[in-house]
This record gives sequence, C-alpha cells and structure tokens, in this order.
Amino acid sequence: MTFLIQQTLIYAVPLMIVALAGVFAERSGIINLALEGIMVFGAFIGVWFVRILQTSDAILSLKQSGNWVALQGVELLTMLVAAAFGALFSLLLSFASINLRADQTIGGTALNLMAPALVLFFIRIIANQNTLQMLTGDAASWFMIKKSTLGIDKNTDLGFFGETFVNKVYLATYVCILLFIILSILLYKTRFGLRLRACGENPQAADSLGINVYKMRYAGTTISGALAGMGGFVYALTTANCASNGDVAGFGFLALAVMIFGNWKPVNIAASSLLFGLFKCIAASYASIDINGDGVYMLAEIGISAHLYRMLPYIVTLLVLAFTSKSSRAPKAEGIPYDKGQR
Amino acid sequence: MKKEHFLQSEGFKTVAASVLSILIGLAVGSIVILIVGLTSPNLSLSSAWDGIRIVFGGLFSTGRDASGTLTWGFNPTNIGNMLFRAAPLIMTGLSVGMAYKTGLFNIGAPGQYLIGTLVSLSIALGLPSETMSTTLIWLLAFLGGTLAGAIWGAIPGLFKALLNINEVLACIMTNWIAANLVTWLFDISNFKNVTESTKTGYIYKTTYNGVATAKMGLDKLFPNSQVNGGILIAIVFAVAVYVMMSKTTFGYQLKACGANRHAARYAGIADKRNIVISMAIAGGLSAAGASLYYLSGNTEFFWSTYQSLPAIGFNGIPVAMLASCNPIGIIFTALFMSMLDISGLQLTNLTAYNEYITNVIIAVIVYLSAFSLVIKMWIGKLGKKKDDGADANAEPAPAAASAPAGAQAETEKGGDAK
Repeated sequence: MTFLIQQTLIYAVPLMIVALAGVFAERSGIINLALEGIMVFGAFIGVWFVRILQTSDAILSLKQSGNWVALQGVELLTMLVAAAFGALFSLLLSFASINLRADQTIGGTALNLMAPALVLFFIRIIANQNTLQMLTGDAASWFMIKKSTLGIDKNTDLGFFGETFVNKVYLATYVCILLFIILSILLYKTRFGLRLRACGENPQAADSLGINVYKMRYAGTTISGALAGMGGFVYALTTANCASNGDVAGFGFLALAVMIFGNWKPVNIAASSLLFGLFKCIAASYASIDINGDGVYMLAEIGISAHLYRMLPYIVTLLVLAFTSKSSRAPKAEGIPYDKGQR
Repeated sequence: MKKEHFLQSEGFKTVAASVLSILIGLAVGSIVILIVGLTSPNLSLSSAWDGIRIVFGGLFSTGRDASGTLTWGFNPTNIGNMLFRAAPLIMTGLSVGMAYKTGLFNIGAPGQYLIGTLVSLSIALGLPSETMSTTLIWLLAFLGGTLAGAIWGAIPGLFKALLNINEVLACIMTNWIAANLVTWLFDISNFKNVTESTKTGYIYKTTYNGVATAKMGLDKLFPNSQVNGGILIAIVFAVAVYVMMSKTTFGYQLKACGANRHAARYAGIADKRNIVISMAIAGGLSAAGASLYYLSGNTEFFWSTYQSLPAIGFNGIPVAMLASCNPIGIIFTALFMSMLDISGLQLTNLTAYNEYITNVIIAVIVYLSAFSLVIKMWIGKLGKKKDDGADANAEPAPAAASAPAGAQAETEKGGDAK
C-alpha cells in the first residue's frame, strides 16, 4: 500500500502541476498545446543544470560530507532554473499567439516539435548518446529523502504515515503540492486571478474596464510555461532517475486531458490527476504492486498483458472524456486571438 | 501593371511566404550550428561551415575526398532515396492537409500510420506467396492497411462528431493506444525476424515473402538507391485528393463543414457524417503512406514502438502547413522535407553534428506557418513598396541558389496555386 501511494503520488504530482499550467494559459485565453514540449525542454535544462553543478568541487564535497539540506537546496534551485527556462521557451508561443495572432494549435505543435529536436541535438553533442544522465550518482542517492538521510536507523518503523510520506520521498513532490495550492488561491481569490480569468471569458469587456488583455495573456502563458518547465524536471527527477531523452511519454498531453476532465478547476484537477497517477503507476509497476500486503502480486498474476496496462491510461482518458464532455465548460474566449478592434 | 498584379496575387504571396519560412528555418538551423561550433571546445569553425553547407546542399554531397574536404556533385543515390522517403511524407501530408481544409487538426497521423504498418505488414507476410500471386498480395496488403487506417482515423472523428471532444486530444490518445496495440500484436505474432541474429526487434522485410513494390524503372534512373514506384503512386493520390477537394460536390461539402459547421448544417449538409468521413479519409491516407514505405521490400519495422511515435506521421504536419494544405503543393513540400532528411543523414555521417538539427529547422518552419497570414501581409506591403522603386526584383532569387530542390519546388508550385 505504501508503495502504491508513493508511486501514484510520483506520477500524479507532475500531472497536477502541469495541468495547472494548462489552466493558467487557458483561463487567460491561450490554448497551450505546447505543455508537452515545454516539459521536455524543462527536463533537459534541469538535468543539464545538475550536470553542470556536478562539475564543481564545492557541490561534490556537499555530497561527500552528506550535507543533505544543501542538496535539497540544489534540487530547489534546479527546479527554479527549469521553471525560468520553461517560461522563456513559452514566450515563443505567447509572442506568436498574442502579438501575431497566430493559430495557437499550430504554434503549440511547433513548440512540441521544436523541443525534442533541440534537446536531442544538444544531448547528442553533450553526451554523444541519446540520453542525458547525471554526471555521477543517481537521483535517489543525491536527492531522495530517506531514513538514513534524516539520521534515523534503517530498521525503525515510522508507522504507516511516516513510511509513506517521509521515507523515500522527494522534496520536489511537496513543493509542487504547496505551489499548486498557492497558485490556485492566486487564481481564484485575488484581483490578479479575477482579471486573468476575465481575459479568458470576455476579453473585450475586460479591456473596456481598463485591464490590459495582452499583458494578462502574457502573464498567463508565462506562468504556464514556468510550471510546465518545472513539472518536466520534476517528472525527470522522480520517474526517470534524473535523465532526459527528449521525451516525457505524453505527460503533457495527459495533463491537458486531466485539465479538461477537471473542468478547468483546481480541486477537480487535483482529484483527477490522482486518478490518472494511479493508472500510470499501475502501468509502470503493476508487477511489483502488492495491494493488501499479503505478498501476492495480484495484478501480475491475473495474467493480463503488460501492453494492456500500458494502454490503460490513454483508454481511460478517452472514456472519461466521453462521459464528461457534456458537462465540460471551457473558458469562452480560449483559442481566439484578441483583436482590439473587434466588438 | 501586370507585374504588380502578380506580386499582389494570393498565390504569389502564399509561395513567397513558404519560401521565406524555409529560408528562415534554414538560417536558424545554421545559426544553431554556428553557435555550437564556436562555443564547443572540440568543434572548430570549419566544421561548423561544413555543417552549414550540408544543411543547405546535403542532397548533392558525395562525401569527403582523401584530404578530408567535402566533395559535391550529382548523387543518384541521394536523389533516389529522397524520392523514396518523399512518398510516405506526401501521404501523411495529404492526410493532415485534407483534414485541415475540413476544419480538423489531424495530429493522429502517427497512430494511423502505425495501424497501417501493422495491417499491411501482417497481410504481406501472412498470406502464402506459394499459392498466391505476389502482386495480388501487395494489392491486398496496401488496401487492407489503408482500410484499417481509415477505421482508426474515424474513431477521433466519431468522438468529435457525437460527443464534441476536441479531435486533437482524441487523436493523441489514439496515437498512444495504437503504439501500444501495434507493439502488443507484433509481440505475439510470428513475423518477428528470428533468422538474422543481428536484427533483434525487427519484423521481417516483406521480400521475405516475395512481396515488394514495383520499381517502375526508377531504379535504372537512380541506381544504388531505395527508390520505387511508391513515389508515383503517392503523386497519383495527391492529384486525386486535389480533384476530390476542388472539383467535386463532396469535397465542397467537406470544406463547407470546415468553414462553418453550423452554416453547413443549415444548408442541408450532414455535418456529423462529414466530420467522421474526413477523419476516415485522413486516416486512410496516412496508413497508405505506411503501406508504401513498408511494402517496398527493403525497409524494416522496429516493432517495439510503444514508447515512441513515428516521425513520418508528425512530419505530415509541416509538409501540409508549408504547402498551405494545397494537395499539389504538398508533393513539393514533401520532397523538400525528405531532402532535409537526407541532409540530416549526411550531417551525421560526415560531420560532428547530427540529424536532429533538421528537425529543429522543420519546427521553425511550422512555427512560422502558424502566423503565415501575418507574413503574407508583410510580403504584400513589401511588394507595394518595391513597385514604387524602379525595379521589382521580388522574385525569390536567393532561394534558388541556396535550397535547390525546395526553392525550385516552391516556384513551380506558384503556377498551380494561381
């Protein structure tokens, strides 16, 4: 059970934060189809940054002396860097769709094509192979919080709660959850959030009340890019052992589905990302999931092909979309370039 | 006066915008190479210069001579391979372009392509060539693959028509379902190549069963290359799609649905049926592209594909966008894209750079095509200014020198677009 919850969280949290990234863009009126590409880019920047840090002796000595607080700082710093570059990359989309009134679907697709191409081009040049990994060690030994990092003996039982949420976890997971809550409040309980949402519903009315629609849309997509870039690195750190290979297995698109399923509302999104996280977790590690702790690996023993488990998240997405499409309500003005002269 | 009219014509602006997008794309690629060449300690400036030259003219590269300098000339292998790779690109380009004209963004081309691969390879390898004519098997495999792709493509169409689910999302989900499904079915099939021990993970070539696309004499023209009749078949398809979309009532109805679904319904057009049909046709076109590629007899399919989607499917998007979704234009833009592909391979083989730079170039081109309307407007203004001056030298002359096949294709396309 502990394993199941931890694995589900690991998949659910990047989905959740990237789905929120989608909400920020769409609430401001821009369809951010580029989430996948920005995630790929953020993951690459994060891993590269970690690699660069690992060339410095100061950082290496931190690891050797077991200064885990500082290492968590390194992790947070890397998340920030990935977010900054994600935001920068998303400017390509905002510029095209806000200033040049481009077709946002094609613009987003272009970024989705660009990110893996650029990333693979550089990975080949940097590492001479198709995957960029950490220079030394792995994600677990550098960044994972374990009993031993906290100075607790390996054999102490922390109880169900402790074992699940304190042992073998990443700080990034909790930072993302915290950010999710803060940003949801920002979007719903502040003046800025209200204005941003107005631009996605009725930009003409918003403009007539003195809100700068262009600025608000830039803000929406930039926050979106930052979150997606960070989400990409968190994904790479927690599920791919801090490696980047120009691919995040369709997570950006799954996040879009989570967003639509969650009806563009944070609470629903949190719930649906947990559901999707569960399916992703089953797909990735069904063979080692022991649901009730009796040593029977039920999912592996039913004899269903691994391929079916891997297909499941996508089939479920389609079905869920089919059942919820009637009640779904997208921001009214999303995807429509704002034209001041239009009534 | 007549010349001014030409410069202001919609066709010229479209072609000029495409040529401009290509040039900017190539320039961005060159800049990236230059930056990497200048900043990387183990790459020199001359290697960057080699890389840039191959990006522009890789089609005519013939390797390096004894002293290590790049040599250039007519290279029939490269040109034949370019034609071979263009065939599936034309088909996926037609798939995306045709759907786009009916108001649907078919990002599901990779999945449809995979389903086409699955069915046509299974038929081509599964039917007994001892008792059946191989030509018949080829035909059945091609038609079977196309039909399967059409059914697969209709799924997102149904979701869109009946449940109003965004076709982009539905297509992406069906893409990944297809990737897993194809891996699964090949995994339990007996088409996995087990006779050649160096070929783990590949499906048998169709020549294993004696099935291969007819060469139609093209191999005499371009010896030592993979070229076959597929390119001619693809061109026939392009013309057929052009006729269907532009000259028939059926095509007009499909386009009317794309322009305004509600108005089309008001005019008595069955909008829901048309959405499903155009997605089905799009799916069939993509899958037919896969059949052309894998039935050629000299290509192998890596069957464990559940973690990645075929690039040819996605590249249908830039091919279609660059041609403004004009079926005849798609022939030329597909040729340009496959030329870039060849340049990318040359880049990997001959320099320290790799083929991914050509994907960057393609992405830049797609990005520019997202606001092609704005670019066309700029060109329109430029054209007017030029007329005030003495000489209207707005012909895209530099393009002809720098990007031979592509630029020429674009100017030829101008004739059609008018």
